[in-house]
Amino acid sequence: MIRFLSRRLLVGALVVLGVVSLTFLLLHLAPGDPVVRLLGPTATGEQIEAQRRALGLDQPLVVQYARWLAAFASGNWGVSIATGREVRWMIGHAWPATVLLVGLSLVLSYLFGILVGTIQAVRTGTKLDTALSISTVTLFAVPGYWLGLMLIMVFTYWLKVLPAFGASGLDADFLTGWDRLVDRVRHLILPVTTLVLIGFGGTARFVRGTMADALAEPHIVVARARGLAERRVLLRHALRNASIPLITLLGLSLPALFSGAVFIETVFAWPGVGRVLVGAVQARDYPVVMAATVISAALVVLGNLLADLAVAWADPRVRDSND
Amino acid sequence: MTDVRHVIDRRMFVAAAVLAIVAVLAILAPWFSTGDPLIQGDVVATRFLAPLTTDPSGQFHLLGTDRFGRDVWTRLLYGARVSLGVGILAMSISVVLGTLVGAAAGMGSGVVRDALLGVTDFALALPRVVLLLLLASLWQPSAMLVIVVLGITGWMSIARLVYSQVRSLRSRPFVEAASALGTTRLAVLLRHVIPNALTPVVVAATLGVGNTILLEAGLSFLGLGVQPPTPSWGSMIASGRDTLVNAPWVAIVPGVALVLVVVALTQVGDALQARMDVGRG
Repeated sequence: MIRFLSRRLLVGALVVLGVVSLTFLLLHLAPGDPVVRLLGPTATGEQIEAQRRALGLDQPLVVQYARWLAAFASGNWGVSIATGREVRWMIGHAWPATVLLVGLSLVLSYLFGILVGTIQAVRTGTKLDTALSISTVTLFAVPGYWLGLMLIMVFTYWLKVLPAFGASGLDADFLTGWDRLVDRVRHLILPVTTLVLIGFGGTARFVRGTMADALAEPHIVVARARGLAERRVLLRHALRNASIPLITLLGLSLPALFSGAVFIETVFAWPGVGRVLVGAVQARDYPVVMAATVISAALVVLGNLLADLAVAWADPRVRDSND
Repeated sequence: MTDVRHVIDRRMFVAAAVLAIVAVLAILAPWFSTGDPLIQGDVVATRFLAPLTTDPSGQFHLLGTDRFGRDVWTRLLYGARVSLGVGILAMSISVVLGTLVGAAAGMGSGVVRDALLGVTDFALALPRVVLLLLLASLWQPSAMLVIVVLGITGWMSIARLVYSQVRSLRSRPFVEAASALGTTRLAVLLRHVIPNALTPVVVAATLGVGNTILLEAGLSFLGLGVQPPTPSWGSMIASGRDTLVNAPWVAIVPGVALVLVVVALTQVGDALQARMDVGRG
């Protein structure tokens, strides 16, 4: 178990290091002088030269890389060109919102997907099954940002029942206790619904397939013959077999969900890492772009690691193997 | 069994027909539309006309007009050129890259194999959209950049597929026979292994084009894809974002077109996959 864990940790660390190196390399491959970009078109040749020395850009690439790595590791991520704020401060304020949005959507889309998939597996071949299949395939093809706009159009502009922008209302600072919670939840509904709707289809398809196979197995027939309640047969005997690959799928779906969140945060003005990233990309704010890239990759790696841990905890074959 | 096949064939027929119609409309766009997606008439008189209206100059607008009085139907058809074109070209790059990496890993020695599979797994672990945004921010946005960037971030699943195909084909008698006859490794790969590994790649590519089209639209939606005024479905959705209340069709129309095309591609891909499985089983 310890060995399994330490190997996964090492792989995760290597991926993050790879991302950091890749971003560094890309930044240097990109056309245009970063110093000119930083100082703007009015800078003189001397100013550019001075800035180049100040930033250490006159050093060999390997030295620059080592310095950059050391600075990044020690939490010195530089200053945003566009806002003048510490990059660390910007990211530090943004990541809790993203983790809340992505985490909640992940859990809900899984529960919903398992529910829909189970219904389909039990009712295979019926009109309900066909209708649900068509819905999941269609939702799978819907761009999240478009679905988000459509939900805003209906629930914010037409029905005027839900807020569409931000994580809390303008008066949030004056709200306390229950009212504050309600305000937060109301702001979560539309972005989470969007992510759940575009995300649950994959889980539903997987559960439908696995459950349909499981329900045809002898041990299910035996369970039924013993007169067990249908719910018990489904939950204890059929769904349980599907649970371990489902956890792995959970980890694998994280990058996609993260990507989805980038668009959803933009559409709903959700104050997370995705919105910071998009804003920085549009403003060509490189220090922020790099930090947000690395943080996103780190969060994905961490999520996968947690999924691996959960699999190891749930599956004794993985837990006890020395691999 | 015949029943399942029948349903699959009918579904595939409908999906393929949808794709064919969209392709024909896109290719022959000048004949099926007002002819110019950038044309702006009298902006005040023609902007935000509802679908199925005729403007003062007598021009009929099937899907209405946008904020500059440009015909949405015309922009939709020209946007289809961008969306489908970028999707197909980017996927082609992914297929070539993925086949190269997968085949090299499948035929290579232990070190080469481990290195290539390691790179593939690394690339799979990255959030693709974040990488796309990073690349799009460093270079000037253009159609060419979008094609290349989407192509070089989408090859991993193809590489894994080709790798597993090559590994299983390598031990088949006909491949071993070719090797025993003294055929070089490259010739075995090109003549015997790759052609037999291609069918699942075609299926994966069909499914991948849909995803690529969605990503292109996403980049354009954020203003990092194909630049305005060239119409792309993603930038059309973005431009309709501010007019959801008074002119919802500007955002609704390109979104529906996207869903229709991507669902059709998924259906064709699924049907091909099912057919392949039946053929094997």
